[in-house]
Amino acid sequence: MTIFRHELRQGRTALIIWSASIAFLFAVCIFLFPEMKGEMDQVSDVFSSMGNFSAAFGMDQVSFGTLTGFYAIECGNILGLGGALYTAMCGISMLSKEEKDHTAEFLLTHPVSRVQVLSGKLAALFVQILILNAAVLLLSLLSIYAVGEDIPWKEILLLHLAYTLLQIEIASICFGISAFLRKGSLGIGLGLAIILYFFNIIANISDAAEFLKYISPYGYAEGTDIVTNVSLDGTLLLLGMLYGIIGIAAGYIKYTRKDIL
Amino acid sequence: MNAIQTEGLTKFYGRSRGIIDLDLEVREGEFYGFIGPNGAGKSTTIRILMGLIHRTRGSAWILGRDISREKEQILSEIGYLPSEAVFYPDMRGRDLIRLSADLHRKDCRKASLELCERLQLDPSRRISELSFGNRKKLAVVCALQHDPRLCILDEPTGGLDPLMQKEFFEILKERNEKGMTVFLSSHILSEVQRFCSRAAIIREGRIIASGSVEELARTNAKRVSVRGSFDASGLPDVRDLQISDDTVSFLYSGDINLLLSQLGRQPVMDLTISEPDLEEVFLHYYTEGDEKQ
Repeated sequence: MTIFRHELRQGRTALIIWSASIAFLFAVCIFLFPEMKGEMDQVSDVFSSMGNFSAAFGMDQVSFGTLTGFYAIECGNILGLGGALYTAMCGISMLSKEEKDHTAEFLLTHPVSRVQVLSGKLAALFVQILILNAAVLLLSLLSIYAVGEDIPWKEILLLHLAYTLLQIEIASICFGISAFLRKGSLGIGLGLAIILYFFNIIANISDAAEFLKYISPYGYAEGTDIVTNVSLDGTLLLLGMLYGIIGIAAGYIKYTRKDIL
Repeated sequence: MNAIQTEGLTKFYGRSRGIIDLDLEVREGEFYGFIGPNGAGKSTTIRILMGLIHRTRGSAWILGRDISREKEQILSEIGYLPSEAVFYPDMRGRDLIRLSADLHRKDCRKASLELCERLQLDPSRRISELSFGNRKKLAVVCALQHDPRLCILDEPTGGLDPLMQKEFFEILKERNEKGMTVFLSSHILSEVQRFCSRAAIIREGRIIASGSVEELARTNAKRVSVRGSFDASGLPDVRDLQISDDTVSFLYSGDINLLLSQLGRQPVMDLTISEPDLEEVFLHYYTEGDEKQ
C-alpha cells in the first residue's frame, strides 16, 4: 500500500495535466458538434467516399452528422491516441525510472519484496488509467448535456470501456518491457503506442494487412465499429487482454530476478 | 550469533569478476571495517547482502537468516547507508523520511526528529534543493531512524564536512554501545582504525586478510626513519622508500639483523623504528599481492 500511494503521488502532476488536456479537447470537440452538425449534412457524403482515407478512419461506416459517428471518430482518436501515449509513457517508465534515477537502491533496500513493489506499481498504473478515463468520461457527458444533445449511453460507455481496456493493454505491455530496461526509454513506449495505432489504420485500408487487427488493440477499440455494432469484438478483446497478461507476467519474472546495479 | 556470515560468496557479472569465494564473519555488536580500494568488490558484497544483486554461488546469512529466503525480515532489521545518496528529487526531506518509516511499518517520528536535529538537517526542503552533504544526512536519518540491529555503511562519510563526520560517528558509537552492529565499508583507513575493532581487507574480489585491527596492523613490516646519510639500496624487502633533506624513511620487512648491521656501517644521527599505521599496512598487503601475481 505504501508503494501504491507513493507511486500515485509521484505521478500526480502528469495525471492531472494529461487528464485535463484530453478532457479539455473532448469538451472543445463536443461544443463544436452542434455547429458542425448542420454543415455535415452536405459534406458527410464527401467524407464517406474518400476511398482508403475514409476506410482508414472508419468514416465509411458512420456519419459525422450524428453525435455517435462524430464522437467515435473525433473523440475516439483523441482518447485513443492521447490516452495510449500517456499510459505508454507511464508504463514504460514505471520500473525503469527507478534504475535510471538511481532510486531503486533506496526503494529495494527497505523491507518490501520485489513482488510487492511490482504489484504496488502496477495497481497505481491501473488506478491512474481509471482516473484519467473517469475524468474524461465525466467531462464528456457534462459537455454533451451542455450542448443539449441526448446522451447515447450505451455507445458512449462502450467506447470509453474499449479505450480504457486499450490503455490497460498498452500500459501492461510497456510495464513488462520496463522491467528489461535500465535507462528509462520513453521513446520505446511512445513508439509502440504509435506503431499499434498505425497498424490498425493499415489493417483498415488493406485486406492483406487485416491480420494486424489481431496485434493492435485499436482493432477492438475501433470507434466506428463499436457504435455501428453497439458491441465489442470479443475475440480481439480477449487477445488484447492476453497480450497484456503476457506483458505483466514477463515483467514479474524479469524484475524478481534482476540485478539492480 | 553472527550479524553477517558468508561462505564462498561469489559473484560474476558475465565474465567479469565481482567477488570470489568471500568468507566473512561479523559478530553481533561489533564495529567491523571492510577495507579495499574502488573496484575491489566492497559494493558488490554489500549489494548481495542487501538483496539488490543475486550471487553466482555461495551462501550468506544476516542475523542468522538466509539472505535468499528471508530477505524482507532481514531488511527490516538493517539500516543501509549507500555511497550515493540519491532520492526522488521532487519530494521534501520529511516526506522521504516518512516514506522510509512507512516502508519499515514503524512510527519513527521521534527518532527522525532527534537525528535531524543532531545532524542539523532541515527536512522541510525539497531534495532537489539539497547539497550532496545534506542528501547524505537525509540518508543517515533513513538508515538509523528505525533503530536497526545492523547498520551497513558504504563509504559513509563522502560529502559530510569534518564536524558532521564527527557527529555521525558519535551517533554510530552510541548506537554500537547499545548493541547495534556496524559494518563499515571504506577506503579511508583512519576511519576504520579509529572506530573498528575488527576488519577485513578485500583485494580484487578476495579477502586477503581479516582479524582485529591491531592484529592487521601488526605485520612483520616496520616503519624505519633514519636521520643522517643512509643508503638503503643494500637492503632487501624495502618498500615505500621516501628520501627528504636529511631523513630516509621506508617500510622494512626483512631480517632485522641485516638492517642493524647496515645501520652500524653508516653515519646515522637519529633512528626511529615504529609499527606502521593501517594505511601503510594496507599498502603492504596490496604490494605483496602484486608481487605474488
